[in-house]
Amino acid sequence: MDHLHRKLRDHEAAMFQQGYLDDQFSQLQKLQDDTSPDFVIEVMTMFFDDSEKLLNNMSRALEQVPVNFKQIDAHAHQQKGSSASVGAARVKNVCGTFRNFCEAQNLEGCVRCLQQLQQEYSLLKNNLKYLFKLQQEIKTAGRSIHTRG
Amino acid sequence: METNSEEVHVLAVDDSLIDRKVIERLLKISACKVTAVDSGIRALQFLGLDEQRENSESDGSPLKVDLVITDYCMPEMTGYELLKKIKESSTFKEIPVVIMSSENVLPRIDRCLEEGAKDFIIKPVKLCDVKRLKGYMATREVGVAINNKPKLEEACKHSLSPPSISSSSSPSPSSSPLSVSSVIDSPIRRFKMTDTE
Repeated sequence: MDHLHRKLRDHEAAMFQQGYLDDQFSQLQKLQDDTSPDFVIEVMTMFFDDSEKLLNNMSRALEQVPVNFKQIDAHAHQQKGSSASVGAARVKNVCGTFRNFCEAQNLEGCVRCLQQLQQEYSLLKNNLKYLFKLQQEIKTAGRSIHTRG
Repeated sequence: METNSEEVHVLAVDDSLIDRKVIERLLKISACKVTAVDSGIRALQFLGLDEQRENSESDGSPLKVDLVITDYCMPEMTGYELLKKIKESSTFKEIPVVIMSSENVLPRIDRCLEEGAKDFIIKPVKLCDVKRLKGYMATREVGVAINNKPKLEEACKHSLSPPSISSSSSPSPSSSPLSVSSVIDSPIRRFKMTDTE
């Protein structure tokens, strides 16, 4: 089971190092305990659902004629807020840039930003799913050790 | 809802589902009872301050709310508007109200503090922020002067020393603006390095 722990620790460290996650994610981890053992996964699942909805909304809004920049900005604002709340640093940063383009009513900039946002979100989600998978494997391995006794 | 008279009860207001979940957990882990609602209107309904009734009626057990923490940017009713409504109420005006915002906008912060907000927290909210909130609920001082100079908290490593702040000219009680004794009760600002728009 040691190698699993090592894998988990390394993967988590990499996510912080590469800026996918920031200190706020650590805060969420501190909020998880025996009374709320799945807190982080619950919050991140909410974040995934929320983000996918917002990304869709932004995508559709950018296809409208004329483009309603205020509405897109509102979506970006919400995405930025939720990213900040869960420690999704890279996603949050792209949202900041996105909002600037919205304010400038720069359609091309917005379209590029949305693509970047979708990419960052995708990377984050995959990395987090892998993290959760490792955690689950450790849990399962731990349980099988106990039952063997 | 049954409230243990020992435990503090916080009313949290935020239109974001994710933020509600996080603030609820932050408060619960800090031994607070929490009621989380998604709008200012619902908050007023909970307090009994909605249009139907002028003030909270005691139809059963009296409602005990020790602190209101609210997001600033919300549709229909902002946190600022909610703050005003609470401060206008004879029943609830003494309850400390804390505003949260993802945006570090000085005029906004000033306006809230002038309207009687106890504190202004820049999101995302952390455990150390909630620890500070517990201090307000413990002391629950009545009649805190609204024009104490803002003090800076170094407790969180994310705070940054701000430039000096000038006070607005209003009559203030005897305590000098920089009195150390009232640190806990003074409106406190936190500036985050990462927050840029």
